Amino acid sequence: MAPEPPLLTMSGITKSFPGVRALDGVDLDVQTGEVHCLLGQNGAGKSTLIKVLAGAHQPDDGTIGWRGEQVTLRSPIAAMRLGIATIYQELDLVEGLSVAENVYLGHEPTSAGFVVRGKDARASTAALLKRLGHSEIDPSRLVGELSAAHRQIVSMARALSHDVRLIVMDEPSAALDPDEVDNLFRTVGDLTAEGVAVVYISHRLEEIRRIGDRVTVLKDGRAVANGLPAKSTPTREVVALMTGRNVEYVFPERPTHQSLPDPVLEVRGLARDGEFEPLDLTLRPGEIVGLAGLVGSGRSEILETIYGARKPSAGQVHVGGKQLRPGSVRAAVNAGLGLAPEERKAQALLMLESVTRNVSVSSMSRFSYGGWLDRTAERDAARKATRELSLRPDNPAALIRTLSGGNQQKAVLARWLLRGCRVLLLDEPTRGVDVGARAELYAVIRRLADEGLAVLMVSSEVPEVLGLADRVLVLREGRVVHTAPAQELDEHRVLDLVMEGSPAS
Amino acid sequence: MTQPVSPPRDDTPKLSPQVEPSPWRAVVARADVRTLSLLGVLAALILIGGITKPDEFLDTRNLQLVLTQASVIGVVTVGMTFVITSGGIDLSVGAIVALASVWATTVATQEYGFAGIFFTAVVVGVGCGLVNGLLIAYGAMVPFIATLAMLASARGLALQITDGNTQVVSVEGVLDLGERDSYVLGIPPLVMMFAVVTVIGWLVLNRTTFGRRTVAVGGNAEATRLAGIDVRRQRLYLYLLSGLCCGIAAFMLIILSGSGQNTNGNLYELDAIAAAIIGGTLLSGGRGTITGSVLGVLIFTTITNIFALNNLQSDVQQIAKGAIIVAAVLVQRRTANTT
Repeated sequence: MAPEPPLLTMSGITKSFPGVRALDGVDLDVQTGEVHCLLGQNGAGKSTLIKVLAGAHQPDDGTIGWRGEQVTLRSPIAAMRLGIATIYQELDLVEGLSVAENVYLGHEPTSAGFVVRGKDARASTAALLKRLGHSEIDPSRLVGELSAAHRQIVSMARALSHDVRLIVMDEPSAALDPDEVDNLFRTVGDLTAEGVAVVYISHRLEEIRRIGDRVTVLKDGRAVANGLPAKSTPTREVVALMTGRNVEYVFPERPTHQSLPDPVLEVRGLARDGEFEPLDLTLRPGEIVGLAGLVGSGRSEILETIYGARKPSAGQVHVGGKQLRPGSVRAAVNAGLGLAPEERKAQALLMLESVTRNVSVSSMSRFSYGGWLDRTAERDAARKATRELSLRPDNPAALIRTLSGGNQQKAVLARWLLRGCRVLLLDEPTRGVDVGARAELYAVIRRLADEGLAVLMVSSEVPEVLGLADRVLVLREGRVVHTAPAQELDEHRVLDLVMEGSPAS
Repeated sequence: MTQPVSPPRDDTPKLSPQVEPSPWRAVVARADVRTLSLLGVLAALILIGGITKPDEFLDTRNLQLVLTQASVIGVVTVGMTFVITSGGIDLSVGAIVALASVWATTVATQEYGFAGIFFTAVVVGVGCGLVNGLLIAYGAMVPFIATLAMLASARGLALQITDGNTQVVSVEGVLDLGERDSYVLGIPPLVMMFAVVTVIGWLVLNRTTFGRRTVAVGGNAEATRLAGIDVRRQRLYLYLLSGLCCGIAAFMLIILSGSGQNTNGNLYELDAIAAAIIGGTLLSGGRGTITGSVLGVLIFTTITNIFALNNLQSDVQQIAKGAIIVAAVLVQRRTANTT
C-alpha cells in the first residue's frame, strides 16, 4: 500500500459495559484504498469496535486518528461528516421511501432551503448506482420492494452520497447468494480503486482471502494480530489466533453411558426452504447433543422448527414415537418439549412479572380448578423447581427483571422442569450469562440430562458445545457438514468446518 | 454441583415468615402509590363538590345519580381493562352499546319481554365481540383497525335499525328496575349490577388462569406463545368479553333511559380507555387493575356531575378531563421509575 500516513489509526481503544470489558486496548490502522478485514468469534468485540468507529459508542480510553489528526467521534453524524460510513447487518433503510429518498435522507438537495428537488436526487442517485455497477436499480422504486442484495447497494450508495473515505461493512455477505456476493466484491474492488478504504467484517475465511488486503484478529476484546497479510497467512494460524482463549470454563464430567434408552426425539428429513436442508436427528434420554455453527447457519431456525414455532416445509418430528402436528407449539409442549430461546427477554420472559409467574406460566392448569388458581400450590411448586436449580435469590416473589442473566435462564429451565418436559431445546444457553455463572449453568444442564432429560443445544461458542455435549453436529449454511462424538473433535477442527466446510489446510 | 436437591417439604414453614410478608408488602406498596393517589383525587373532588354545592352535591339522590351514571360506563371499562391489559384496544365499545341497545328495543324484541331484551342485548354484544376477536386473533388484523371498522359499522347498523328514532320501551319489568321503588337499602339495581361485574372482573383478572394469560399475552405475546399458551384463542376470548360487557351496559342503559337510541354510548370508547389508563392499566399491556379502572370511572363521573351542578359547560369538562389524563400518566411514570 501507499507509504502515506494511515487513513485511520485507532489505538488503545477500551470500552466496558456493566460486567464486561468488551474492548481492552485495541489497535487498528487502515490505509487509504485498502480492504481491511476484521476477524473474530462471536463476542470478540468486533461489533463494539465498529460502533466506536461509527460514533455510536464512546470509548472509555484510547485515541482515534483520522488522516493524521486526532479526532473525537461524538455521534454517528460526527463520524459521517469526517467521511466514515457504516453499513450494519440490519440495514437501516426506510422501506416506505424510494431508493433516492433513502440515499438522500437527511441531506436532500433542496431549493430555497426546504423544497426537495426530487428530480435532482433521483438523477444523482442514478449516477451513484451506476458508479456501483448497479444501474438496473430504479431510484424511484420503494426500498421495501428490493432484494437484500439491492438494499445493500442502496446502503452503499447512501454512504457514497456523503464524501466518504471509509466504509465499514458488518458481515455484508451474510444475507446474499453466491452471485450477489460476487457482485458485492466487484463493487468493493471498484471503491478501493477510487481510494475509498473498506473495513470488512466476515466469518468466512474464503471471502477474506478473496478481497482482503490485511487482517486484524480480535479475541476476547483484544487485537491478537494486527495487519496480517490477508492472502498469505495460513488458515491454521488465523484459526489459532481466534481460538487461543484465556478463560477456561469448567465443564461437568460426562457420564459413561453403557446403553442409552430408546430415542425420545426423532427428527426425520425436517427442512425449511431457504433456512436449512433436510435434517435427521435422534435424541435419547440422558444425552446432550450440540449444534455448532455460525450465526446464520440455521441453528436457531432448526430448534424453533422442531419446537413448532416455525412451520417446516418438509419432514416430521416424533416425540416418544408419536408424530407432532407441524407448526404447533402447543403440540410440542404437550408432547414434552421445552425451549429456552436465544432472545431470553423477547421470547421467554414476562419482564413485569415475578419469578413464580414466569416459572408457572406453562403449567398453570396444574394449579387451577376450573380456571381458579391455587396460588399457594403454584408458588410452592415454582419454588421447588427454582430451588432444584439453586436459583438466586430464593424468593418466588422477586421480579424477574431484577435477576442476573444466569438466574433468568434458570427460571426458564425451571419452567420446563415444572412442566415435566422430556426434551429441552437450548438456544445459546449462556448468552448474557456472566462468565462466572456459566460453569454452574453447565452443571445444571448436565444434571438434568443425568436425570433423564434429552438436551439439544445450540451455541456459537465452540468450546461450550465441545465441553458440554456428548455428540456434536456441525452446521454450515443450513447443512450438517459433520457429526461426531464431542471427544473426537477439537475447536480448530470445528472452526475449520463451520468456516470453510473442509478440513484445515 | 453441591447444592441440595429439592429441600424436603417440612423445610417450607421455616421460610414462610420471610416470604409471607412480601406479597402483603407488595400490595400495600402498590396500593400506596396508585390506589391511594386515586382515592385521594376522588376525595378531593368530593370535597370540592361538597364545598361548592353543599346541598345539591351531597344529596342522596345526586349521589345515587352519580353512581348510576358511573355504572354503565363502568361495566364497559371493566371489559376494556381486560383488552388493554392484553396489549389490545377496543374502539368499538360505544358503537356496540348503541347497536345492542337498539336491537334489544325493537318492537319485535320487546314482544319477548324482559328476557328477550336482556338476551338480545347480550347476544348482540357478544356477537360484535366475536367478529372483533376473529378479525384480530385469526385474521391478524391490528386491534385498532378492526375495532375502528366495527365502530363505524355498528353505529351505521344502529342508525339503520332505528331510522334515527328513539325506541321507547314499554316492558314493565325493565322499566321497574329504573324506579326508586326497586332500590335496595338506597342502592339502585344498576349500581348493584356494576358492583357484581366489578367483583367478578377483579376475581377473573387476579385469581384465574384466564386473567394470568391475559396479563402474560400483554406482557410478552411471543414469550407466551413459546410457553405453550394459545395466544390467539386468548385474544378471541378477550374481545368476546369486551362485547359481553357492552351488551350488559346496553341493557343497563335501556333501564336507565327507558329507551334505545342509535346515539347511545357516544364516545364511551374514549371514556373507558381514559378511565383504565388513569387507573393504572398500561396501554402497552402487561399490567391491569380493575380497582384502578373503577376509581377512574368514579373520578370522571364525579367531575362531570360537579361541573354540571356548577353550570359549567361541557367544553370546560372536556378540558379538565384531558388535564387529568395527562397528570395521571405523568404521576404514574414517576412512580414506575422510582420502584
